[in-house]
This record gives sequence, structure tokens and C-alpha cells, in this order.
Amino acid sequence: MTAEAVLDARGIGKRFPGVVALSEVDLTLPPGEVHALVGENGAGKSTLIKVLTGVYAPDSGELSYRGSPVRFSRPLDAQEAGISTVYQEINLVPLMSVASNLFLGREPRNRFGLLDFRAMNTAAAKLLESYGVHVDVTRPLRTLGAGVRQMVAVARAAASHARVVILDEPTSSLEPREVDTLFEIINRVRAEGAAVLYVSHRLDELYRICDTVTVLRDGRKVHNGPLKELSRLQLVALMLGRDLEQIQREGTTKFDSAPAEALETPVLAARGLTSQHRLHGVDVTVRPGEIVGLGGLLGAGRSETVRAIAGSLPVDSGAVTVAGKPVRSGSVAAAMRAGVVMLPEDRKSDGVLPDLSVRENIVLAALPRLSAGGLVSRRRQDAIVDTFMKRLRIKASSPDQKVGELSGGNQQKVLLARLLCREPKVLLLDEPTRGIDVGAKAEVQALVGELAAEGLGVVLISSEFEEVVEGSDSIVVLREGRVVAELRGADVTEQKLIAALADGGGHG
Amino acid sequence: MTAVTEKTAVVAADKGMTKREWIAGLVQRRGSLVVLALIVIVSTVAFDSFATVDNARNIAMQSSFLAIVALGMTFVIISGGIDLSVGSVYALGGVLAALGIQWGSLTGILLPLVVCGGIGMLNGALVAYGRLAPFIVTLATLLGARGLLLAITDEGSNTRVMPRDALLTQLGQGTLLGVGYPVWIAVVLFAVGAVMLQRTRFGHSVLAIGGSVEAARLMGLPVARRTMWLYTGSGLLAGLAGALAAAYSASGVTIVGVGFELDAIAAVVIGGTLLTGGAGTVGGTLAGVLLLMVIQNVINQIGTLSSHYQSVVSGAFLAAVVAIQAYLSRAHLGRERGT
Ligand SMILES: Nc1ncnc2c1ncn2[C@@H]1O[C@H](COP(=O)(O)OP(=O)(O)OP(=O)(O)O)[C@@H](O)[C@H]1O
Ligand SMILES: [Mg+2]
Repeated sequence: MTAEAVLDARGIGKRFPGVVALSEVDLTLPPGEVHALVGENGAGKSTLIKVLTGVYAPDSGELSYRGSPVRFSRPLDAQEAGISTVYQEINLVPLMSVASNLFLGREPRNRFGLLDFRAMNTAAAKLLESYGVHVDVTRPLRTLGAGVRQMVAVARAAASHARVVILDEPTSSLEPREVDTLFEIINRVRAEGAAVLYVSHRLDELYRICDTVTVLRDGRKVHNGPLKELSRLQLVALMLGRDLEQIQREGTTKFDSAPAEALETPVLAARGLTSQHRLHGVDVTVRPGEIVGLGGLLGAGRSETVRAIAGSLPVDSGAVTVAGKPVRSGSVAAAMRAGVVMLPEDRKSDGVLPDLSVRENIVLAALPRLSAGGLVSRRRQDAIVDTFMKRLRIKASSPDQKVGELSGGNQQKVLLARLLCREPKVLLLDEPTRGIDVGAKAEVQALVGELAAEGLGVVLISSEFEEVVEGSDSIVVLREGRVVAELRGADVTEQKLIAALADGGGHG
Repeated sequence: MTAVTEKTAVVAADKGMTKREWIAGLVQRRGSLVVLALIVIVSTVAFDSFATVDNARNIAMQSSFLAIVALGMTFVIISGGIDLSVGSVYALGGVLAALGIQWGSLTGILLPLVVCGGIGMLNGALVAYGRLAPFIVTLATLLGARGLLLAITDEGSNTRVMPRDALLTQLGQGTLLGVGYPVWIAVVLFAVGAVMLQRTRFGHSVLAIGGSVEAARLMGLPVARRTMWLYTGSGLLAGLAGALAAAYSASGVTIVGVGFELDAIAAVVIGGTLLTGGAGTVGGTLAGVLLLMVIQNVINQIGTLSSHYQSVVSGAFLAAVVAIQAYLSRAHLGRERGT
């Protein structure tokens, strides 16, 4: 078995101050197979990938690549050997063009050895087109949405004819249609005989694309084998380390909220939001206790809508009122004072403060509320932090660990905790469960449901149709910055949503 | 259903930039050039002695030394670093040239290049492999090079004079088509630098490193090696500029170059390079250098103004540019991502 494996890791161990991230982990990647790597947030998946690709040096263990022992001391070595990786946090250069990001380090050159931009742009456009992404490749990457950026990262890795392709949560910002494209690519890569290592918290994706699976729990390998032999429930049980009955009993919690009274004053009313090129008169109404989903494809204007409501996107016209009171537009501070909080799409650039501790990240925003006469009770802080860390299962060595050191999913949980402890009136959630494991996802959904029941208004965006449909009381469907349909009550189904996306019809 | 299956992933691409963003981008990139042109026009009208061949020659010569130093600084700053040592290294280069020339012109030019390049390489190694902050590392070599300078000149008491007829001295003082060699050298270096930054993999990777070191490393770019060469280049160029300046004045003077690094940084930033790295142009730096030098020249022309006002005006410019950069990057945030 070892002889034929492309990549074979034995007894990998890696510790960080205060945590054992990996201990005695084995992983074998045979050619022509898609191998799933699963586990809870903080289980060690990303760390394992970084050890395999030379970002971190392992403390113990051996790595062999195509039959001979290797030690990659930096990502470049792994890449040159034929291992392409898409890391969890999209790692591209925001200021540079899409084409440059695709070709950095292997740009086409003309016969004088100078960069051939025309060839590069043509090749980039062609490459992305084959992925169903149509963008002007000369634009700086930062002007594009998270979905496109993720596709660019994938295209970059898959384009380089690798023997091993490693994808760490490549679909967290992708729409179903883009996921399909990605899977086509993975199938192609597999058919060419490459080994693929695939990380995702979306179980149905795993079952669609993966052949075998390795389950990590608390840095240890707890299972390895063909995926087909495991039921979903068994897989979840392995990941969480709980027995089957317990999970069955708990069921899969859903966003769950009291139906709204149509007569109540809306807690949030946005009217005619218009922003050049992006939004054209969008209306959104949320009543207390209601969860309103925003439906739409990439580029439909969903993130822009919530950002306009939160004041972080300047609007040309339109008005927002919270609980009947008008809110000054274009000001994040004003929106916050009115009780509007937003979970941004991109947690890396406008989310967590990586150098501050978990405690600070959670309570900083709530300080005014927690302080009495300018003094902040440490005990009350600790109580709040403790509650959220438990409820959301934030995995950190202590509340004083730097957030930047947490796993991707745990950073997302910290962000959520920070918003929730501010006791907002309106919660704008842009992909709230991105990168969060199944256990915690149910918990987040339950928590949001509870808050809604207490009268909070929620606007929800999710690239998973299922999550929008299950979580929302009503859905506002957007296309090209316009509201094309509104689904309520019995109409909130996946079929109706897809139909509305398709023809923009419905009820107007 | 058809619309969903159709390729609808067209994002932001077709949404052109707004006029305001377009103007903002232009100000960032070409602002220094426009201001330079304005000052030149106004000064030409206001002072008879400004738009003369002699004065232009004078400005060009004065600019060439700073320009060569600022060229290396441009690359370093674009990569997200800073090189504070160039002022001391510049002075050291001059003294070493004057020292080395006693064994011939070749030694006179090689000695400063080797030593100054070596100091640059030390900077680079400490930053790239030692993972130390560039600010601290180059501050240390700023002090170190100054110390070395004083040591080899007996506390600066002996100023070495370079023989007038030596080849190296001629390189500083001679002219081609009425323009001094140092100016030609600077022009050639800038042309090469511009091509390197914009049209080579090297330059591209420097932009990437400055844009995001983490991403560059994960993309498999040779970050450490690049970084080391950047600082080496900066040291080399500072040494070269120092040697040329010494040749021009036919003497190696120890007191030059104090605060020169700040002029270089100012020129780079005024030229539109982001102090945070990731974007900038070599041409912008040239405009920045000329702007500083023209302002200095104009203040001298006015005569009644103390030359200290030069710093005041340069400082005001710098503040304005940095403020505009900050404003622009905030304006950009507004139009960041699509859904
Ligand atoms: N640089 C670091 N310094 C300290 N601790 C770290 C560092 N990187 C990771 N860890 C810790 O190692 C553990 C494993 O993290 P890792 O990122 O591998 O998890 P993961 O399985 O990828 O989780 P997720 O699903 O959330 O992405 C976590 O407890 C994390 O806090
Ligand atoms: Mg991870």
C-alpha cells in the first residue's frame, strides 16, 4: 500500500504552545483517488495540510512522496515537487490583477524573458472561462467577491498539472453551480491519476466526490477507510466522538423561529436601496422575530444589500429604519447605535482582530454595556466569554489565546459571539456557518433561532440553498441588484427558490 | 430553469469603475507628475533664472544621486519593507571611493560597491532569514555604517581628495552631450528598474510580497531570497550614489548623507508608492525626486526665504500625499467585493 501511494505520511506530530495540534497521524494518498479529511473545528485538518506542504515543520513523523522520503522546508519545495494546495484562508494578493494571481511565479514570458501580459491575460481568461467564471482578468482581485476569489485560488492550484491536489474547504464561499464546476475539475484531475485531498464541512459534498476518508479528532486519526461504508450519522459520530443515539436524539437542529405577526412595526425596513452599478431600489422588511433570507446567485447584490443596511456600503439613495426610527445611511457607527450588527462576508479582512485574545475579541464590542461607571467587571466579562465559548464550542487553549492562532472555523465562531453579545436588534448574517463543523452549525442555527424568538430580526445570506430555505421565514430573491421575487409561508421551498432565480418571476 | 444553468457568474466585471474612482486612481499614480509640471510652469514664469539650461543641468545633477538611492528604496518599500541605512551607506560609499582610488579607479569604484552591497546583504539576510523587523535591522546598520565611517576617517578629521584626472573622478564630473555622467547613469538605472519592476517575474514577485507576504509564501514564491536581494540592491545603489557624488565633488566627505534616507523615502512615497507595500512605480519615484529637488531649487531662487523652508514645503507635500493615499484606500473599501 505504501509503495503505490503518491503521498504517505506516518506518525505526524505537531504541537503549538499550549496545544497538541497533531499526534501520531497517518495519511496515505493513492493516485486517482479523492480522499476526504474531516473533523470538528480545530481537529487539526489545516495543520496537517500545512505540515504536508512545508508551511510548518513537523515535530515528529515521516513523509514520503512517490516512494522516497522527503522533507519540504517551504511551500515552494512542495509545489515544485508537484503538490498544489488551496489553503483555507484564500491566499492571494488582493492588490494584483486576477491574471497575475493565477500566474504568479510562472508567468508566460516572451523571447526577451520579459512578462508577456497579453498571453497571460488571454490564458487567464480562457482558464477561468472553463470554470464558468467570466471576469475581467485585469481587475485587481480585491474588487471581486469571495466566491470568485475562491474560484481563482482553485484554478491556480488545479492548473499546474500536479500529482497531488490539496483543497482545504474550497467550497465555503461557492454557490451550488460553482461547486458543480469544481467537482467536474476534481473528477478530471482524478481521471488524470492525481491524488486529491479534500476538506469540507458539507457532508453531502463529501459523499458526492470522495472515495475514502480520514477522520481526525483532537489531532488524532480516529478512522480511515472507504467513505461508502460509513453512514452520515456514523461519520458525524466519529467526528464528534459521541455515540450514535445521542446524536439521533438531538436531531439536526434547524433555524427555528416564531412566525411573525404581520401587523407589528418592522424591526428593520430598508426602502429603495440604490448604489451605483450594484443595487437598484432594493426593499427589505424584517419583523421582530423574523428571519428573512436573501436568495440569489453570485453577484446578485445580497452582500451589498446587507452592507448597505449596515452602513458600510455608501448608497446613492434609499432609507433604512430600525424599529420605526430612521438611521443615517452610509455610517457604520450610526447603524450600530441603532442596533444593527453584521457578520461580514470576509472575516479575514474585516472581521476578527487576530492579534488580540479570544476574550478581547468577544467582549470589546460589548464593553460599553458591561461597564459600570467606567469600570468593567472582569467577572462579568469572564461569564459572558465562558458562556459563548461553551455554547459555540469555541476550541481554544484558553480565553487568552490569540484569535489568529485558532482554526478557521473557530475564528468564525468568535466573530459570531462578538456580535451576539452586543444584544442587537437586527442581525445581518453573511454566510454565518461558513467553515463551521456540523455540530457547531446546528448550535449556531439554534442560537439564532432563539434570538429571533426573543424578537430579534435576522437577515440571512447563505450560499447553501438548503440553509436559506430551512432557516428563513421568508425569502427576498435578488438578481442583478433588484428584488425579483418574494417567497413567504408555504412558498419557502428549494424548488420555488430555484424557479425564482431562474425566471425572476414569482410575484414580482 | 435556463437562467440558472446559463453561466451567470458574471461578477462586478461589467460594472465599470465609477468616474470618482478613476480620478482617484489617477491622482495616486500621476499626482506627483502633475504637481511637478505645475511648479515648473509657474517657476518658469516667475523666475528668469529658473528655466535656463544651466539651472536644469544643475537640478538634474543634484537629483541624480538621490534618485539612485530612491530607486533601491522603491523596490524595498514596494516589498513592504524599509531601508533606513541608505543615508549612512551613501556617505560610506563616498569615503570608500576616495579611499580606494589611491589604488586606481577600479578599486575606487569596486570597494564601495562591495562593502555597501555587503551591508545591504546583511540587512537582507537579517530581515529575510532572521525574520527581524526591517525598521530595526536597518536602523542598526544606519548606526553601524556611520560608526565604520568615522573609524576609517579618524572621526572624520581627514577628508580625502580624489585626483582630478582619475577615471572615477571623470565619471562624476564628465559630461556626454552636455549632461553629466551621473545623470545618464541614473536614467539608465531607472529604465532598467522600470522594466524589472513591471515586466519581469522578479518585479512581479516583489509586488506580490508587498501585497501579502503570507500569500506569496504559500504561492511558492521565493520570498526570503527575493527579500535578501532587494536589500542588497538598495545597499549597492546607495554605495554607487555615494561614490558618484564623491567623484563629482572630487572628495570623500563624511558628513554627507545625514537624513538622506528620509529624503529617499519621501520621494518614493510622493511618487505614489504605498508605504504599506504592494503597489508603486519607478517612474513615480523619479517624479518624486525631481519634485523635491525643484522645490529646493525654487526656494533658493526666491533667495529671501531660508533654505529651511525647503523641509517645510517637502514635509507638507509628504503629508498631503499620505493623506490622499489613506483617503483613497478608504474610498476603495467602499467598492470592495461583489456578493
Ligand atoms: N499558529 C498556531 N499557533 C497556535 N495554535 C495553532 C496554530 N495553528 C493552529 N493552532 C491550533 O491547532 C489546532 C488545530 O487547528 P487547525 O487549523 O488545524 O484545525 P482545523 O481542523 O483546520 O479546523 P477548521 O475546521 O476550523 O478549519 C487548533 O486548536 C488551533 O487552535
Ligand atoms: Mg482548517
